[in-house]
Amino acid sequence: MTRTLSEAESKALLSPFGIPFLPEANVTSSGEALLAGTELGYPLVAKLCGDSIAHKTERGLVRLMIRNGPELEHAVDDLLGKATTEDGEVSVLVAPMVEATRELIAGITIDQQFGPTVVLGIGGIFTEVIVDVAIRLVPITEIDAAEMIAELRTQSFLDAFRGEPEVDRVALVRILLALSDFASTHPDLVSVDLNPLMIVDGAPVAVDALVEVDDRSESGAR
Amino acid sequence: MNREMNVGRFDKEHFDALFDPRGVVVAGASTHPGKFGFVALHNILSSGYEGNVFATNRDGAEVLGRQTLRSVSDVPTGQADLVFVCTPSASNHEVLSQAAAAGIRAAFIASAGYGESGADGAILQQQLVELADDLGILLVGPNGQGLVSTPSSLCAQIVAPNPPRGHIGVASQSGNFVSSFLNLARQSGVGISRAISVGNAAQVGVIDMLEYFADDPETSVGLVYVEGIPDGRAFFDRLCAVTRRLPVVILKGGASASGARAAASHTGSLASNDRVFDGMCRQAGAIRASNLFEAFDTAALLATQPPPSGARLAVVTTVGGWGVVTADAVADTNLDLVDLPGDLRETLDALLPPRWSRNNPIDLAGGETKDTVADVLDAVVSHPEVDAVILLGVGIQSNQARLEREGAFFPEFGLDRITAFHDRQDARYADLAGELSIRHDKPVLVATELAVGDPSNAAVAAVRSSGRYCFPSADRAVRSLDLALRSAQWRSRRGLPPETGRSA
Repeated sequence: MTRTLSEAESKALLSPFGIPFLPEANVTSSGEALLAGTELGYPLVAKLCGDSIAHKTERGLVRLMIRNGPELEHAVDDLLGKATTEDGEVSVLVAPMVEATRELIAGITIDQQFGPTVVLGIGGIFTEVIVDVAIRLVPITEIDAAEMIAELRTQSFLDAFRGEPEVDRVALVRILLALSDFASTHPDLVSVDLNPLMIVDGAPVAVDALVEVDDRSESGAR
Repeated sequence: MNREMNVGRFDKEHFDALFDPRGVVVAGASTHPGKFGFVALHNILSSGYEGNVFATNRDGAEVLGRQTLRSVSDVPTGQADLVFVCTPSASNHEVLSQAAAAGIRAAFIASAGYGESGADGAILQQQLVELADDLGILLVGPNGQGLVSTPSSLCAQIVAPNPPRGHIGVASQSGNFVSSFLNLARQSGVGISRAISVGNAAQVGVIDMLEYFADDPETSVGLVYVEGIPDGRAFFDRLCAVTRRLPVVILKGGASASGARAAASHTGSLASNDRVFDGMCRQAGAIRASNLFEAFDTAALLATQPPPSGARLAVVTTVGGWGVVTADAVADTNLDLVDLPGDLRETLDALLPPRWSRNNPIDLAGGETKDTVADVLDAVVSHPEVDAVILLGVGIQSNQARLEREGAFFPEFGLDRITAFHDRQDARYADLAGELSIRHDKPVLVATELAVGDPSNAAVAAVRSSGRYCFPSADRAVRSLDLALRSAQWRSRRGLPPETGRSA
């Protein structure tokens, strides 16, 4: 059986490997949320977070553009109220709202023939329509990572764009290497999604993370 | 069961026994010209093989005028290194044991009735491999079509053709793809070192052959066809080791539906089998071709010309339209249709009429006198800011010469002299392309549809006799050059020395 980890748990696992995430707070009440909101600064995003919640957007469990305390209180109460018993233990992730015109997608997936692979693609709602993607087997080198980026067909997507600077390719290389390292050290891994990987002032930032593991190997029954 | 991955189980001696045997035994030689056992013996005897040839036949019948032996046990010890097995699968355990007793170290099993035929066949196949392992025999197949080894003039296969000698090493999971590559070798004159169909790949597979090719002085490029790869990770690791020593061109058939294991992830839905295979090839530095012709074109280029040391391409053409189409083809590649350096433009100004293109593609604008094409080509290839050259338009004059020789007015009206002149000129351009390529250590590709339209054309024939490949079209030349460039760039980024084409 495979199991998805909560967004908070996924990020906590990936963060030490050097994946850039936004500062955020994991709260269980609107009171806690208000304290965090003051520290993080508005506007904010709130997302329901739990082990079994893999597709938040599809379930309407994301609140965007929260501008002040009352809106935050309302959003957190509403999200906690939407949790079902199947969701298990839940919390709410509160994070600064960032906007980006460009999104990438990156992650790890296990190929049946070749094993763990690192994947980089053009992201956004048309990801699966455009399918502009580069794949390598774990582990990758810095040269492999740079070649993955250069392999994307839509190179102009990575250049300076509508007043935004070009994408920081060095930072992108570091993310791909971090994913590869993470996969190398986690044999129980089934998949990692960094989706979206937003381009904020040229810098890639993972706004969401989903780690999926194999329970059998985790319990030592490999 | 396919056991593609048996790392380093056999030494060079076993592969030498397979590709350069002192003698060959055809087990199951048949008197019937329609049977594999007849065809295999026929092909070995007809290819100029100089080693000992033995054949066995259950009844001891005469085949192709030769007395057969009743069993492999009758082969004198030490007289043969390879047994080519055409006997029914039920007999082959005995054949292998007798072969080992006669000192034979390699077996090619053409017989069918193994893993490809169902569960019973799979068991038989596994037993055959276990026996071969015990006997220390290198076993290729079963259900394979055979092998070719031109340095030994050995054509031990149940299919045609017998290709010319050269430096491309072919290994394939499909026997018919071996034939396809050999047909193109025969047609183009760019030859083969070794070619082998691994059949069911029971004991050894394509990657074992590539590892042998990587250290084979006769082979300067590997050309492979694969469908399934059972242990992808080991294949990748071994391929990485091979590509450091030998350029490898891969053609893959079959994109199976099953892909990534993950269900929850979006990245998983992007990672189809074919895209993973593509990434694996790029990471390993192997060249993935998208079809049969592209695969052979590229292998032929790598086997006969130096790799490009950079992206700067110059196109020399006697006809405008071909230059335009070639420029279009370059647009999708890593190649750079270089702006002509000022000094080169000045040199060409002095050689050409004012109406020439004055840029790249270098369109001679029909301004040729006797030495123009040769002088322009020399100036372009020798320029230090040009890394590769494609020459278009050769063969036009000798094509007209052919029409005149076949016409009603030949040889009067001076036609005999002018046709001979045209042929000489076209041959001279083609020869010069080869000479300049060697002198300046740069690829100089000649492309004309006459390569298929009229292989007897003087230009085409001259490219062929220089040992090079005449590309059938400019866009195919561009595509192969681009793949060769990408391979060279892959090496250079990793600090590896350029491929030298050891035997070319």
